[in-house]
Amino acid sequence: MSEEHAASAPFGRRLLTVTGMDELGAYRVLRASHVAGTGAGAAGGWAPVPGQFAMLAAVERWGGGDGERPYLPRAFSVARLSDGESHFLLEDVGPGTRRLCELRAGDGLWALGPLGHGFEPPGAGRRALLVGGGVGIAPLAILQDTLASDSPTVEVSVLLGFRDRERAAGAALLDGASVATDDGSVGYHGLVTDMLAAELERDPHATVYACGPAGMLEGIRALCAHSHIPAQLALEAGMACGFGACFGCVVARRGGGYLRVCVDGPVIDAAELERVDQHAGSAA
Amino acid sequence: MSVEFCGLQLAHPIINGSGTFDAIAARRVFGEPLLADFPFAAYVSKTITLEPRAGNPPPRLWETPAGLINSIGLPNKGLDGYMREDLPQLAELTGGASGRSAIPLVTNVMGATAEELSRLVAACDARAEIAAIELNVSCPNVKTGLDIGADPGQLQEVLRSVRALTGKPLIVKLTPNTADVSACALAAEQGGADAVSLINTLRATALAPLGRSAAGGAHGTGAQRDRWLGGGTGGLSGPAIRAVALAQVAAVSARVSIPIVGMGGVQSATHAQELLDVGATLVAVGTESFRDPAAGARIARGLA
Repeated sequence: MSEEHAASAPFGRRLLTVTGMDELGAYRVLRASHVAGTGAGAAGGWAPVPGQFAMLAAVERWGGGDGERPYLPRAFSVARLSDGESHFLLEDVGPGTRRLCELRAGDGLWALGPLGHGFEPPGAGRRALLVGGGVGIAPLAILQDTLASDSPTVEVSVLLGFRDRERAAGAALLDGASVATDDGSVGYHGLVTDMLAAELERDPHATVYACGPAGMLEGIRALCAHSHIPAQLALEAGMACGFGACFGCVVARRGGGYLRVCVDGPVIDAAELERVDQHAGSAA
Repeated sequence: MSVEFCGLQLAHPIINGSGTFDAIAARRVFGEPLLADFPFAAYVSKTITLEPRAGNPPPRLWETPAGLINSIGLPNKGLDGYMREDLPQLAELTGGASGRSAIPLVTNVMGATAEELSRLVAACDARAEIAAIELNVSCPNVKTGLDIGADPGQLQEVLRSVRALTGKPLIVKLTPNTADVSACALAAEQGGADAVSLINTLRATALAPLGRSAAGGAHGTGAQRDRWLGGGTGGLSGPAIRAVALAQVAAVSARVSIPIVGMGGVQSATHAQELLDVGATLVAVGTESFRDPAAGARIARGLA
């Protein structure tokens, strides 16, 4: 990825106000809007591109107070921009995500961002294959929105994998998704990578956009490497800061050394990776 | 509230802890507003070693109650890479262009032997952009396996060997992982240090959650469960260590007459003022910058 790019975020956290919390099966969609004139970066624009993320923390009961955890902010892809609101997809898997899931309209939310490198448009003549798993479908929603508005001639297909029926309800976040479930309760009984392999067999002129658990991303990386299909992987990693300071969120780079997911990603060209490691999951 | 430190004039007493703020990466993320409201009155580089280091395999982080264990492993470009690529960029962004006053640049170095440290210090001495040198002595002696900075005799010996190589202020970053930190501080002073900084992180570890293995995790001797961190152990920072920092800074202040950079879990001006009140001249902000990159500026304003 290029070292040179325009600054993406204003310097300092901005204060958002939670405007709603919607249930989506096993997930929650946190909606928040900008509070004019508040927070360190309030004057800066908020124009995330698909794949970019924000470091989120509740204003109340998040470190420094009575609660021992969560302490560090948590990284979330922007899932959608709609009517002046930013949407984030949550799954309650630990103290940070639980606290965020508790938020209600009117609560304060600190956000640092937008951060990181987002998705690049598909190459000329290639269709876009959006492949997501679990809560990792989030950045594919804003990508689908953006492709529809900015690249209306690009053919877009969406393949999503979930563990079970309750989680498969998350597929409603995107339009026209083909769904696979581990337990066969909805759609194809099996792995979303099987559906991807069939799609690529049918028409290999595609760019793959993927986000999801490490095992799924590694399957996609290996499949695309074997078939010489360009793939852009949105990675997740536990990170303390989101802006390159902590060096905690690294993944091994092909040929040696490490990439920082926050500033070198989170969207990384699959060809830059030797493999996607299983432990790259985020702090919950 | 400007402050004098080892002959350097600083606009306020808040600086960064080494390795907690990559100003070059932050400038790419935040652009020029970072420079207009730079959060620190002096900037301390991450630790530079003679040879490049890739750092530890992931996972590198573990959140604790009110804290963070990191096992980063000091990734850096090595002395030559730092001098060639990073120092010019750091000098530009801490320099006094466009009406801003210059921010003194401190380079933090670590060597496993007195010879390595001597080469690092001499190289820093030769560069006008570097205002002061901080020695990371939390490095195991290759012969004894003990941290150089944990043993007063060894520390004083190392200081004596590098003191003659530079007239720039020498700051010794003390390790808290020792029996008597004030004895180490005194040894640093007697060896010729101009200042001490403390506390570094407290040695800590975390086990992988049951049912979850860390691919990069290390097995300790006889361990039945994976360690979570790729490096096996790491260093604890954040509010969890603030009370330890306060005690150690107070103890060191009672023992030495050179200035002290106090740090450890500072989140607010109140916390910074406590360290100043027990004898620190400067206060470094570290982990709090991860939560809020502008924390240093907020804390400095709160002190004013």
